[in-house]
Amino acid sequence: MDFIQQFINGLSLGSIYALIALGYTMVYGIAKMLNFAHGDVIMVGAYVLSLAAVKAGLSPVMSIIFPVVICMLSCTVLGVTIEKIAYRPLRNASPLAVLITAIGVSYFLQSVALLIFGSNQRKVESVIPEFSLSLGEIHLSGEAITTLGVTVLIMICLALFINFTRVGKAMRAVSEDKGAAQLMGVNVNTTISLTFAIGSFLAAIASILFVSSYGFVGPYSGAMPGIKAFVAAVLGGIGSIPGAMLGGIILGIIESMSKAYISTELADAIVFSVLIIVLLVKPTGILGRKRITKV
Amino acid sequence: MKNKKNIIYAAIAIIIYLLIFALVETGTASRQLQNLIVPVLVNIMLAVSLNLIVGFLGELTLGHAGFMSVGAYAGCLFTISCDLPAVIELPIAFIIGGLTAAVFGFIIGIPALRLKGDYLAIVTLGFGEIIRSILNSMDIVGGSGGLKGIEKSGNYTVAYVLTIITLIVISNVIRSCHGRSIKAIRDNVIAAESVGVNVVYYKMFAFVLSAFFAGVAGVLYGQNLGIIKPATFDFNKSIEILVMVVLGGMGNIKGSIIAAIILTLLPELLRDLADYRMLFYALALIVMMLFSSNPTLVEFRQRLFAKKEGGK
Repeated sequence: MDFIQQFINGLSLGSIYALIALGYTMVYGIAKMLNFAHGDVIMVGAYVLSLAAVKAGLSPVMSIIFPVVICMLSCTVLGVTIEKIAYRPLRNASPLAVLITAIGVSYFLQSVALLIFGSNQRKVESVIPEFSLSLGEIHLSGEAITTLGVTVLIMICLALFINFTRVGKAMRAVSEDKGAAQLMGVNVNTTISLTFAIGSFLAAIASILFVSSYGFVGPYSGAMPGIKAFVAAVLGGIGSIPGAMLGGIILGIIESMSKAYISTELADAIVFSVLIIVLLVKPTGILGRKRITKV
Repeated sequence: MKNKKNIIYAAIAIIIYLLIFALVETGTASRQLQNLIVPVLVNIMLAVSLNLIVGFLGELTLGHAGFMSVGAYAGCLFTISCDLPAVIELPIAFIIGGLTAAVFGFIIGIPALRLKGDYLAIVTLGFGEIIRSILNSMDIVGGSGGLKGIEKSGNYTVAYVLTIITLIVISNVIRSCHGRSIKAIRDNVIAAESVGVNVVYYKMFAFVLSAFFAGVAGVLYGQNLGIIKPATFDFNKSIEILVMVVLGGMGNIKGSIIAAIILTLLPELLRDLADYRMLFYALALIVMMLFSSNPTLVEFRQRLFAKKEGGK
């Protein structure tokens, strides 16, 4: 029974990773860059959520909806702004220059948070109503149920959006060949902005779910989930949307299993070892496409 | 001609050393500045050795702090457990630290043969994190509290000599047949392979050599500070070194040296700004990258300099 309990914990942790990993993978697929500031968008979202939750003296339903909407809006705006100011001027620069800029943005967001809120962890009220379900010996918290439900819903919506709308088609086109897409009349800049908007929107949802389970946020609390989600994206095959979902869930399950049965301290080491072993066998990740180099 | 150049370099190295010596011994330099000399030299060694992989071999790695930590722990454990005079003990410690790191460089070089670009970046990042969490959970080396009680014998003379050795070895390797093969792999793997460059061997060679010097730098760091903690060698440390390499210019050793000096001194010089320090550092990073890589800004900069020269 304990095993199933741990499995469900891992599943809910993994779905948060999957949501963040989607942001990484979509941006990578389209802009071919690693957005290192993505984890810090989550941190900003958590702070916004904590501020909005305190300031609202509204009815019970509104007091949940209001902070959530504010959080989603501010993260989305932040993501698009970062892209416009820092990444767009470097659209055709070397990948390393863009990477360093992304790291700069990440440091920037962290230090701004440090200046405003100080280095202490700040408590965040959970916006998820308290309830729980017990099936025999298995105990499901409200957070776990909500996380799983929301993630499944979002993944279905995202899959429909990417595969069946015009904008989704444009996104797939840009990720396949930027130049050709432009010739076919796709507005590349708008599409990339939109990708950042969607990625940051997913990050906002991840941040709401994340702080609702952990209850605290600090200036650096976005870094580790960010790196783990990045690992998840690479594990699944970076650039592949189903890969990010799969990678996130696998990672979450491995992490919670190794915390429960092996060692809490070594959990991170185990997660990264699994990544290295998988990449040694399949160098482009589980669902990543193989690129053939032509001379 | 070549000899003349070497003599000039040697003269510059000696003059700089005498300058440091004079500044420290006469007490002209402030205490704060004196404490910065060794960290600057450590960072130069790290940046130059990372440049071998990132700049010359053209592979992105984010785990350089991992090599540094392995070397630091191996070398410092040796000095703690041994009771030899410093003249014998220190060189052995540096070699042990370097060799241990080199072994790990070999291990991490294996996936590097199969992986490319961002995949390699994440594997090396993961490698650094694995080392950090293993060190964290090992009680023999002090766990997360760190390894304490290291003799502080890494003064600026030792650091300076090591830095010069690193620079001589790496810049000579780059000019040699090995270096040209490494650069050929960076420019085009397939072309290099087809003219008979042993890609496996040279990639390994670059990883092992770079890890060796990172390990030596790690020992020096530990010997200077007296304590090493796993938390120091995290992902941010690797990023810091990478930033130095990229800002200094990939595949440019002089650039790495200058960037290492500036980026080590910058946060300290900004110390008066207290909490705003990191903010300025982050902004400086973004602005520098925009200025060096944005087409419009690069053109603007070139026009600006062209005008100045024309005015002369």
